[in-house]
Amino acid sequence: MDLVQVIVSGILIGSIYSLVSVGLTLIFGVLNIINFAHGSYLMIGMYVAYYAWSVAGLDPLIGIVVGAVVLAAAGWLTYWLVIRRLIGKSPLAQIISTFGILVALQGLAQVAFGPNDRAVANPVAGRLNLNIGQIVVTGPQLAGFLGAVLFTCLVALLINRTEVGTAIRATGEDRGAAALMGINVRRVDALTWAIGLSCVGIAGALLVNSYPVDPNAGVTFGVIAFFAVALGGFGSIVGASIAGIILGVAQNVAALYAPQYALVALVGIYLVIVLIRPQGLLGTR
Amino acid sequence: MVAQGTAPAGEEVTSTPASTVGSRFSGSRWRAGAGLGLVLVVLLIFPHVLATPFWWNVGILAMIFATAGLAWNVLGGYAGQISFGNALFFGAGAYSTVVLVRAGWSPWLTFPVGAAIAAVLGVLIGIPCFRLRTHYFAIATIAVAEIADVVVNSNSSLGASSGLNIPIKPYGLATLQFSVLNPTPYYYAALILFGLAALWVWVLVRGRTGAYLRAVRDSEPAASASGVHAWRMKLLAVAVSAIITAVAGGLYAMYGLFVDPSLVLDLSVSIDIVLVAVLGGAATLFGPLIGGWLLIALQQYTRQEFSSSTSGLDLLIFGVLIVLIVLVEPGGLSVLLGRGWTWGDAKVQRFRQARQAASGAKEAP
Amino acid sequence: MTLLEVQGVSRWFGGMRTLNDVSFAVAKGEIAGLIGPNGAGKSTLFDIIAGARPPSAGVIRFDGKTVTGWRPHQAATAGVGRTFQLMRTFDSMTVLENVAVASYLRHRRRATAFRSAQEVIELAGLAPLAGTRASTLTAPSRKRLEIARALALQPKLLLLDEVLSGLTPTEGQEAVRLLRLVNGLGITIVMVEHVMEVIMPLCDRLVVLSQGQVLTEGTPAEIAHNPLVIEAYLGQI
Repeated sequence: MDLVQVIVSGILIGSIYSLVSVGLTLIFGVLNIINFAHGSYLMIGMYVAYYAWSVAGLDPLIGIVVGAVVLAAAGWLTYWLVIRRLIGKSPLAQIISTFGILVALQGLAQVAFGPNDRAVANPVAGRLNLNIGQIVVTGPQLAGFLGAVLFTCLVALLINRTEVGTAIRATGEDRGAAALMGINVRRVDALTWAIGLSCVGIAGALLVNSYPVDPNAGVTFGVIAFFAVALGGFGSIVGASIAGIILGVAQNVAALYAPQYALVALVGIYLVIVLIRPQGLLGTR
Repeated sequence: MVAQGTAPAGEEVTSTPASTVGSRFSGSRWRAGAGLGLVLVVLLIFPHVLATPFWWNVGILAMIFATAGLAWNVLGGYAGQISFGNALFFGAGAYSTVVLVRAGWSPWLTFPVGAAIAAVLGVLIGIPCFRLRTHYFAIATIAVAEIADVVVNSNSSLGASSGLNIPIKPYGLATLQFSVLNPTPYYYAALILFGLAALWVWVLVRGRTGAYLRAVRDSEPAASASGVHAWRMKLLAVAVSAIITAVAGGLYAMYGLFVDPSLVLDLSVSIDIVLVAVLGGAATLFGPLIGGWLLIALQQYTRQEFSSSTSGLDLLIFGVLIVLIVLVEPGGLSVLLGRGWTWGDAKVQRFRQARQAASGAKEAP
Repeated sequence: MTLLEVQGVSRWFGGMRTLNDVSFAVAKGEIAGLIGPNGAGKSTLFDIIAGARPPSAGVIRFDGKTVTGWRPHQAATAGVGRTFQLMRTFDSMTVLENVAVASYLRHRRRATAFRSAQEVIELAGLAPLAGTRASTLTAPSRKRLEIARALALQPKLLLLDEVLSGLTPTEGQEAVRLLRLVNGLGITIVMVEHVMEVIMPLCDRLVVLSQGQVLTEGTPAEIAHNPLVIEAYLGQI
């Protein structure tokens, strides 16, 4: 039964990995840039939700909206200030610059918020506890799962069923053709960053229900998101979603048998799959 | 008569275009050599000029990290394989030294052992991972270094998370331990290490190896078609990088007399190494000097001023600097400085030419 | 004397056959042209001969030895030089340094390698551009650079992939002059081309590829009047 519990918990946390990874893979799919700072933005998202609670009394479940909006704005800003100058530059330049953003955000968080962790006390979600047979699902886990699934589906719908989404997909497939067809490619880029980062804004609000936040909070999630994106195939939303769940389950199962090796299990899966199939499960590049 | 062709350096300056080229050649060479000499002198007298424990500490760490940054350059700058996991090599060197010195070895003998271990690790990792494209490879290096971090953290014979220390021995060159009150020998050891590493890399990069590495970086298919064994080049690059980084790690261990995973294997160590290399200039020899001094000085200063081990201001400044550098001049600060150098140089040349033309006009037959 | 022999080479990928049972031979000292409509598989064939890809079936023989499935650096060492359809120059390096990379195959030391590279550059007419960064060159100069780089390998066989396309008539003439000069030095040339007016007078023989198969081969005169060839080209429209 322990195993089933652990798998369930894995799926629940994995859904949040998926949401974070979907944002990352969307950015890569359209701009061909890997946002190494993705985890740092998640950390900022968590802080946003925390301060929405501690300053304005907004429960994290409402903080989702705040997080989404603030991070979307951050994404837009990041694009216009930095990213648009990177298009077409060497992979080294792209990697190093988003890496620079990572470092800057870590520093900013440490300076602005200090190194101590902060936690939301008594979130609404925390008042619920489900018992399905012998499986325990806490409120925060459930809220996180539902929220993550909801917003992942919303993003997928946006991308696949709306005009805006079509423009985004077109730009991702062939920038030149998209531009020729009258699509404002730069706007699409900025929008993609906004959507991609709003995913972490939402994820951040979902996470503060159960986790405290400190400047290093996003690092592990960021690293896991890279693995999920690479595992699922760079640019594939479905792939990233599935990979997130897989990694969540793998991490939890490994934690059951050898807790200190949970991360190693994740890393191991990533390496094995990427070496056998370099383009990931569903990737094409 | 006006001579055709380039005049050899050092020939007497006359008002002919050819010899102007010759004098420019000798002029800037002289200036570059003088610049290098100046840097060397500054580095040598540094511990006696800024003689405080704070600056000694900065100097030692700066030279150690400059060495690690130089090593990163071989892999990332010259060969184009961007690694966020060089802490693996740093830690391998540090832990090898600590474990063996505790077992009674002379520290000097531990350096080659750590270097060999790191080189083997690098090659073993490179063989599967060099098949991955740039982004995938970068993420894979994070993955591998994380594994090492976790493995050591859970291994009690390696001290787990509490780490291992080196027992204090009588000071001296043989034990490579020196008084905390006057740690300048550590500084000179680190300086010599950097010098030797820079010399080695310079010799490598200057000739066929360097050309082959850059060819692989610029276009692997074209390099292969031009006779380059791309695979071998990448493995060579990672081995060289690993060896140099490991020795730097070993010296770091002897300086601090203590290692734990957070000090030598953590992602933040890998990040520091990349910052040092890229800020100064990713494919240069002396860029890491600039990057190393800047990073360590700022880091130590902000930690001291804000009296917290995670003050963050240095990171913020560095992050912004890195982004600016990449957008403005990917070649790093050393290129920016070099540009200032050449700009000044060109101004002096124009002045000289004008002066020559004026005096030449008076002498014209 | 046959220098290059392609025998029954096929390549398939997924369900697609890009090359089907391609066979031909190139004699030493020849200038052979590989022509055919777009998508005929010419560049894939070059990749296979030069070792960038293995064939799914078939044999390649070079200078009497079977070399099927060799790697590009082995091909270069054995004396095969090639250019790329999508230009791949070493953009961070100058023209001289680009060529020197190839010279290093034959000259271990820096001084001799660069001296040899300088000679090749002068032969190829690139001397005024020696110190220019490859990334700043015009397309015709980059093509010429790729030829020079391949020449620095001291090759027996030169595989040229569309080096004449996009050139003005004058540039085209100069390129042809260079190729004749190179051939005069004893280097065998196989060139993929679309520019008919240039290739007809230049080549000794033509091999026509269409939809992954050899349609026919012969002298330029024979090919020009071959109804199958005409149909293959026109049929593409």
